[in-house]
Amino acid sequence: MTEFSFWDILRNLLLAARWTVVLSLVSFIGGGIVGAALLFLRIGGRHWLRLLSRGYIQLFQGTPLLMQLFLAFFGLGLFGVDVPAWLAACVALVLWTAAFLAEIWRGCVESIAKGQWEASASLGMGYLQQMRYVILPQALKVAVPPTVGFSVQVVKGTALTSIIGFVELSKAGSIVTNATFQPFTVYGLVALIYFALCWPLSKSSQLLERKLNVAHRNH
Amino acid sequence: MTYHFDFGWLIDSLPVLLKGIRITVQLILIGAVFGVALGIACAWVRALGPKWLKPVVATYVELIRNTPFLIQLFFIFFGLPSLGITMSELTAANLAMVVNLGAYSCEIIRAGIQATPRGQFEAGASLAMTPFQAFWYVVLVPALQRIWPALSSQIVIVMLGSAVVSQIAAEDLTFAANFIQSRNFRAFETYIVSTLIYLALAILLRQLLAGLGWMLFPRKASR
Repeated sequence: MTEFSFWDILRNLLLAARWTVVLSLVSFIGGGIVGAALLFLRIGGRHWLRLLSRGYIQLFQGTPLLMQLFLAFFGLGLFGVDVPAWLAACVALVLWTAAFLAEIWRGCVESIAKGQWEASASLGMGYLQQMRYVILPQALKVAVPPTVGFSVQVVKGTALTSIIGFVELSKAGSIVTNATFQPFTVYGLVALIYFALCWPLSKSSQLLERKLNVAHRNH
Repeated sequence: MTYHFDFGWLIDSLPVLLKGIRITVQLILIGAVFGVALGIACAWVRALGPKWLKPVVATYVELIRNTPFLIQLFFIFFGLPSLGITMSELTAANLAMVVNLGAYSCEIIRAGIQATPRGQFEAGASLAMTPFQAFWYVVLVPALQRIWPALSSQIVIVMLGSAVVSQIAAEDLTFAANFIQSRNFRAFETYIVSTLIYLALAILLRQLLAGLGWMLFPRKASR
């Protein structure tokens, strides 16, 4: 029987934490792209497209992420392909992140005064031009703090992928616990590593919010 | 695609599903009541409490808000027995939910309290209210009214997050779904059904909380 020192445990956890970081980045970037597409459909677009993206957002915000992971894992398998855990994890997390980001960004776009839409329309701009040159540049400033804040939820969301068998930080925690019988130390360390990943994001979101609020008050 | 959907198992599995729904509802009811109570207590500490307690509460809030619920659950259920604290799966699940919601609602309620002008508190004191009375009637109730929508969404989020407690074998709706799909080998259909049940529960809970908000904070006629 091998003995595990504290450093062995920590090293193994840190190695697994790389996958948490990678998965978070993939979900956040992928979710951002899909979320932006949803946003365009949600505020512009035809009536039925608007309804469709609203339904999508409510569906993903109203069901547990764990269920979405299960459905991605078993649902993709229905097409007769062998689904590796990482693929199901990426698909589910991207779709879930997209729903939340689209809703956050919608709030930001709607905070832009209606006159801006009317003014740009009176200049003969089309929907995409209005978004590109008038609305988005202003909405972006409002959107940064809540978007950074939501990235914390994405990092924490990746913990659930351990349940469908993707080996990231949480799964590594369970594996190491089973090998060392030291759940207190191992899960404590896992929590601290998550904290080290998430806390800078939370803090910078708060700081950004304060900074941008100051700019807002000077208007 | 030659897959044939089959929902024939649904009738036989109904009792298992219903039991799962009952446990999930029970978990969120207890979690919401005690979690919000803990949140109010923590918000009080951060606004007016004793100085030495403030950093303790701040650390608790930051720690919980920046770690996944799953890890909190594992720490409580698997980690704490090393210290001699053991509990059943359901107790651990409930405790984790209360601790989790406590931290989030503390932050939400604190935001509501901060929006209350300082002068109102002093006005309360000048009406010979005790500090507790002033906190309760002048600060807390309007603050709760202000942040009720945010608090409601957080409670729904915690309800959806509770799907994870199946991982420590607490027999909630997800546990029931896992059990059923291990018998009928119809994983996709089983999870579709349980996902829709969660969706219905989330919509129901949101309506319920909105109704509760209506009852608790009736609109003042003079406005």
